[in-house]
Amino acid sequence: MSIENFKYSTIPAEAEALRAEVRAFLKQELSDFPNIKRADSWIGFDAEFSRKLGQRGWVGMSLPKQYGGSEASAFSRYVVIEELLAAGAPVSAHWFSDRQSGPQILKFGTDAQKDFHLPAICRGEQYFCIGMSEPNSGSDLASIKSRAIRHGNKWIVNGQKVWTTNAHLSHYMIALVRTSEGEKRQQGLSQVIIDLSLPGITIRPIKDLVGGAHFNEVFFDNVEIDADAIIGTEGQGWSQVTAELAMERSGPERFLSSMILLNSLIDVIGNNPDALQAKEIGRLTAKLITLRNMSLSVTQELSEGKSPVWAASCVKAFGATFEQEIPELAQALCDLSPCSVGGSEHAQILAYLMQMAPSFSLRGGTREILRGIIARGLGAN
Amino acid sequence: MREIFDSTIERFFQDTVDTEQVLLAEKDGWNGTLWTSLDELGFTYAMVAESAGGAGASWSDLCGVARLAGSYALPLPLCESIFVNYLLCKCDIAPLTGVLSFAAKSELRLDGDKLNGVLHDVPWGRYTQHIIAVVPKDDCNHLVVLSREQIKIRKEACNVAGEARDSFVVENISPVFCAVLPAPISSNVLMQGGAMLRSAQMAGAMHKAMTISHEYASERVQFGRPIGSFQAIQHQLAQMAEHVSASVIAAEAGFSASSGTVDALGVSTAKICTSEAAGVGASIAHAVHGAIGFTHEHPLHLLTRRLWSWRSEFGSETYWAKHLGDAVCKHGADNFWPAVTAGHFDTV
Repeated sequence: MSIENFKYSTIPAEAEALRAEVRAFLKQELSDFPNIKRADSWIGFDAEFSRKLGQRGWVGMSLPKQYGGSEASAFSRYVVIEELLAAGAPVSAHWFSDRQSGPQILKFGTDAQKDFHLPAICRGEQYFCIGMSEPNSGSDLASIKSRAIRHGNKWIVNGQKVWTTNAHLSHYMIALVRTSEGEKRQQGLSQVIIDLSLPGITIRPIKDLVGGAHFNEVFFDNVEIDADAIIGTEGQGWSQVTAELAMERSGPERFLSSMILLNSLIDVIGNNPDALQAKEIGRLTAKLITLRNMSLSVTQELSEGKSPVWAASCVKAFGATFEQEIPELAQALCDLSPCSVGGSEHAQILAYLMQMAPSFSLRGGTREILRGIIARGLGAN
Repeated sequence: MREIFDSTIERFFQDTVDTEQVLLAEKDGWNGTLWTSLDELGFTYAMVAESAGGAGASWSDLCGVARLAGSYALPLPLCESIFVNYLLCKCDIAPLTGVLSFAAKSELRLDGDKLNGVLHDVPWGRYTQHIIAVVPKDDCNHLVVLSREQIKIRKEACNVAGEARDSFVVENISPVFCAVLPAPISSNVLMQGGAMLRSAQMAGAMHKAMTISHEYASERVQFGRPIGSFQAIQHQLAQMAEHVSASVIAAEAGFSASSGTVDALGVSTAKICTSEAAGVGASIAHAVHGAIGFTHEHPLHLLTRRLWSWRSEFGSETYWAKHLGDAVCKHGADNFWPAVTAGHFDTV
């Protein structure tokens, strides 16, 4: 893993050809969708919208046709999701299923798991959340305590997950749990699919500082799941989760979270920017273009079956800095106060993203953890 | 072609361009022996058509050469000479041998067939045989080739890496060649080309500075362990790696997009990102190296003094960012994302 992993890659013509269709669809579907809602980016939830995307074949599109996917290339999927994000479409219902749960089930799941989950994912009807962090296991993920113990042909799950985005709106969780004790903490972990409607599960939304409720704490109290709920190999959860990280950390959602604000800022500045405004807008544009090229380079690696975790960490760390810079600059470049209630639409978008920004370098791996991965990866050159 | 170019030039740099040679060039201003052996490789003809004795390469074939020139702190106008011959061929002028450079900033006028005016900040100016410039006349732009012997030094200057950046006076001179700059080549092509070359050189220099910083952090022991095991150092190296990754991709994108002519958006993006990264990268490299990196004896400064120079040459981050920002705002918010995905703002 090194800088040389970043090879410049462009979107092939057949994938690019999808763009116009996606834009036309979004223009029509989101004609009344206000910018302040679009500012939610990929945490905006709308099951109806997800189903419509499913009908178009734009959810789980990289999955095999036999499961309802279209076996589209990684770049075709990239075009669709970057257009959704750039428009601020409400994609969170199916977001995790499309990005990682579907591919994870395809890669590691049994035939029965694939038959059961993948078609519903592709229809935009089955939603997953990702159960990783626990109260005492944030960045130190290998220290998790949630446990599944074998009992006849069942697993009994006990423990607690926290900061689980969309748990309250999802049908299933892919949870990382301890199934045995190993010599190392990374051993004895397994990934299990948990039906969130089962008895013994309590889901409590946690209100964030902006007032929204996107993440949750999830309690498991003697939850019985079937023996075949394990996904992949028992005890291999750690390596499975690690492989998932490259999918989770390199996509356009890692640098487009403030896109609606950037658009709104350009609009407010108008056609005749002053020197400082022009300079900063130019800088942000260059960063955006470059981050997109970095992300496309990782997409190329992923499509070749590689697991570019190091490069993905670079995209996420650099991308989060960019996303967080936008509200700071929006605040500095225009003499206009952020405004939560009343005020212009721009003032409201600014207020919202300014408050959301701290989460950008927390969710999906903190900046500090990513920088540790990046630094250690330099040694592997 | 890319692999052959990269491996050939890297082998040459490895064998030939060591700290001693770079310092010699800095001390004397010019390392003629080094130029002679480099010139024998024939890279200045890389983009000349095969029918004219060149290799017919594209810019994407040459990004590695420019990056490697940066990473070895090559104190010679290799990139400049390649670029000059590229433009000469675009204008149907026969390629030139010898040391070539260009004046991206000039105030020239063509009176009949006579040129008058000044050339500013010509890389390696006093050591060249030919210098090209762009001159407006009669609603179109002309590419002119000047023989170095015809023109007078106005001011000898050097950047902070000791690389000559000279100004010249042109008085009633007939250019060696003069041709109309064909569409779609911009009147700003020399700034764009220079920015493109420097972006790749900076990406290369930063990559090398990062590599030696990481090596140093792995070897230097304090408090009983390598300093690279401390998070404070790791996070600085990681931040540098983010910027180096961005710089490499931005430079490669700029070169790749420049197939027909130098790509305005690709090049300004590359120069903005690499110029910003240069400051961050040089600062972190020095922080990690501690006092030893601040000595003349340690070779780190061969890279960092070039980063501090090259980021300002052919338009600083601010120069290109203002141009790009103006274009973005003129386009308006509705056209912003479509232009990003199309890789093209009309007015850049």
